[in-house]
Amino acid sequence: MNSKQSSADLSAIDRIWKSFASVRLTIALLLSLAATSIIGTLIPQNEAPGAYLQTFGEFLYRLFSLLGLFDMYHSWWFRALILLLVVNIIICSLDRLKATWKIIFVRNPRFNIARYRQLKSKAEFNAAGATASLKDRFLPVVSRRYRYRRTEETDAGFAIYAEKGRLTRLGVYVVHLSVVVLLIGGLIGSIFGYEGFVNLAPGDSARSIQLRHNNQILPLGFDIRCDAFKVEFYDTGAPKEFRSSLSILKEGKVIEQKDIIVNDPLRYEGISFYQASYGSLSPTEVILNFTSQATGMIYSQRAAIGTAVDIPENLGTFTLKKYTRQADFRGHNIGEAFIGVLTPQNSNPIDITLPLKFPSFDKMRKGQVFVSIADFVPRYYTGLQVSKDPGVWVVYIGFILMIIGIYITFFMSHQQICVEVTLLDKKSQVMVAGTSNKNKMGMQKKVAQLAHRLANLTSGK
Amino acid sequence: MNSSLVLSIITFVYGLAGFLYIFAWVFKRPDAGRLASWVAVIGLFGNTAGIIMRWVESYRMGIGHAPFSNLYESLVFFAWTIGVIYLVVERKAGNRIIGAFTMPIAFLAMAYASLKPGISSEIQPLIPALKSNWLIAHVITCFIGYAAFATAFGIGAMYLLKQGRDVEGVTWLDIAKPLTLFIFVLLFSRVLLAGNWAMSIIIALPLCLIFYIGVFLTRRMPVDIKDRLLGVFPESAILDELGYQVTLFGFLFLSIGIISGAVWANSAWGRYWGWDPKETWSLITWFIYATLLHARLMRGWRGRRIAYLSLVGFAAVLFTYFGVNLLPGLHSYGAFGQ
Ligand code: HEM
Repeated sequence: MNSKQSSADLSAIDRIWKSFASVRLTIALLLSLAATSIIGTLIPQNEAPGAYLQTFGEFLYRLFSLLGLFDMYHSWWFRALILLLVVNIIICSLDRLKATWKIIFVRNPRFNIARYRQLKSKAEFNAAGATASLKDRFLPVVSRRYRYRRTEETDAGFAIYAEKGRLTRLGVYVVHLSVVVLLIGGLIGSIFGYEGFVNLAPGDSARSIQLRHNNQILPLGFDIRCDAFKVEFYDTGAPKEFRSSLSILKEGKVIEQKDIIVNDPLRYEGISFYQASYGSLSPTEVILNFTSQATGMIYSQRAAIGTAVDIPENLGTFTLKKYTRQADFRGHNIGEAFIGVLTPQNSNPIDITLPLKFPSFDKMRKGQVFVSIADFVPRYYTGLQVSKDPGVWVVYIGFILMIIGIYITFFMSHQQICVEVTLLDKKSQVMVAGTSNKNKMGMQKKVAQLAHRLANLTSGK
Repeated sequence: MNSSLVLSIITFVYGLAGFLYIFAWVFKRPDAGRLASWVAVIGLFGNTAGIIMRWVESYRMGIGHAPFSNLYESLVFFAWTIGVIYLVVERKAGNRIIGAFTMPIAFLAMAYASLKPGISSEIQPLIPALKSNWLIAHVITCFIGYAAFATAFGIGAMYLLKQGRDVEGVTWLDIAKPLTLFIFVLLFSRVLLAGNWAMSIIIALPLCLIFYIGVFLTRRMPVDIKDRLLGVFPESAILDELGYQVTLFGFLFLSIGIISGAVWANSAWGRYWGWDPKETWSLITWFIYATLLHARLMRGWRGRRIAYLSLVGFAAVLFTYFGVNLLPGLHSYGAFGQ
């Protein structure tokens, strides 16, 4: 942009363009994003309105919800900040790219010897020998370090110009592009993707899932079946592994099968199933101990809910009826229990409560046989996170671009040097000078090294 | 000899190195400085050995995993990275005074890991969510980033010490600065040291007071002592440039750290970004350092302003690391299911 133009001459578009190309805006936006992001970490996000009302009271609840603070990362104003940042990045980059482009895409870069003579990182020494022989000796050394070089004759000698890393000037644009690519990927995901979940007991299958943000039911277009689910624990009680064996079925036929664990999902038709949680289901099988009062013998038997078991010594039959999470005994909650019916040989059926926590509970009944639960097979359902995100590959490309771009920008530079040799009487005076667009201190060292190398060459070492 | 013992010893070695660096600086003893470098190198070797031993021990216990899985292990690795980065900076800058400002951070990290009750140094088995190679990439890159920022913080503090007080007094800044300091110190005493707010205030007040007495004394210091202490610092411009180079390094690794975390989250939970407090705070940190880069590069900020931004950035790093545990609703890391 032409800085000589006074702002009054600029058209409105130019002025808007200019203000969006300003780095001052960038700083304001980055700091605003940092500051406002804090809010969402202080107020828990996306909880039930009731919980918020209780914490904040009526007035603050209204205010916060008006400002979208309960889902602030998706609120209009936060999105507007991000949009402004994107516009800022794009316009600023285009604005500067115009100038950078000319430096990068020229066949013969321009060198201005006067500029090199004024540089701070410059070294000079005197060398014996004619300038022509020095040229032959210097060129290979310079060539080894710099991709592009050119020699020019001067009034009293010659000058070698060399440079490398011109393309690294594009690094910044790669970084900025990556930010835009990331956000486009995120946008694709939020428009065409979804996040949901489904809970499956072993043996069950589902044809649809529940979406997370609005609780709607979404049909999958195929069946997902849980064939088995296993939880393993360490000795410390910490969970070790959760493993669900899943099958995908279409029209009753198994299309795909996979065991998934945390960090290793099943993917099918762009939809991924993640091992996300689990929960306990009521057990359906137990090992019962029947203790005969008469003989003191203990008989162990396996029993499933609903089927009758014959008790030895003609003590009758026992049928497990159901499992309950909270059994009641004279108004007290005695926790998880099974309820069963004991039908003695020749009397009326009796309801029996078998709490898991109190194995000798049934002894109190003082019947002919005392029933207790020796063991039961715990059953779990698996909680699957189901998500589809067609934007994820765009995001990953953005990630790669960002890392490459930052590396190039920070650690590589466009370096230009000039070696000028001037004949003075019988000696030649050599000047080595160089500049780079970044890390000037590093460049200073490189210039000194090159000068040292060339000086050694001429002194015959 | 097990790894925990080795690492406890290393805590003292780092402490000694930090002390020697400070001693060499205050009493102008280059011999003590050279010794400090050697002690730091020994500490680094011991630290490395401790990490490897811990790795081997976990396999002996049958729950083998890389030692980057809990607070203790991450602190140990943090100290290790600070040691490496500092020693590189020492070689590059040819100045040992920076060690007086960075080695103590490594010492504090180790001391906190070993001494704070509630931080278990036992090797624990990995819960399912942590069983991923992305976890290793994530922890290593994040902590290289954090350690670089810690070093930049030390260099920024040196810059501010050398440059002294702001030339023009700004009233709101004079009020804002101690207030900000108090809030930070309060937060960190709450997170790191005390179990409740009352206790944190009791700890924070004297800490701030000591800080300001220190500042006061530095200002009143006779000119010759001041010159002796600050004259040996590298040139302001070099400190500024050095801090910036280290920050660049940190920014690259913080970016890779956040990205590897996102990839890991995607492989474990099916979403690469969920605005959970820890993720959000790492992004806040990233925004602050991005601001620093642009302010310096394009607005020509140098010196003091950049040093302040560097301090704020490091505060955000610490908050990402520790402070997040104070916030509501942190479930996704570690917790599973119910
Ligand atoms: C989150 C968003 C952004 C990130 C991560 C980012 C990152 C970077 C990085 C890493 C650099 C290179 C710094 C260096 O060389 O040391 C840079 C330079 C720059 N950025 Fe950004 N940037 C962002 C947003 C923006 C925006 C919105 C603008 C718009 C004005 C902008 C303008 C610039 C400019 C003008 C440069 C210097 C380019 C040059 O050297 O010619 N950046 N940015």
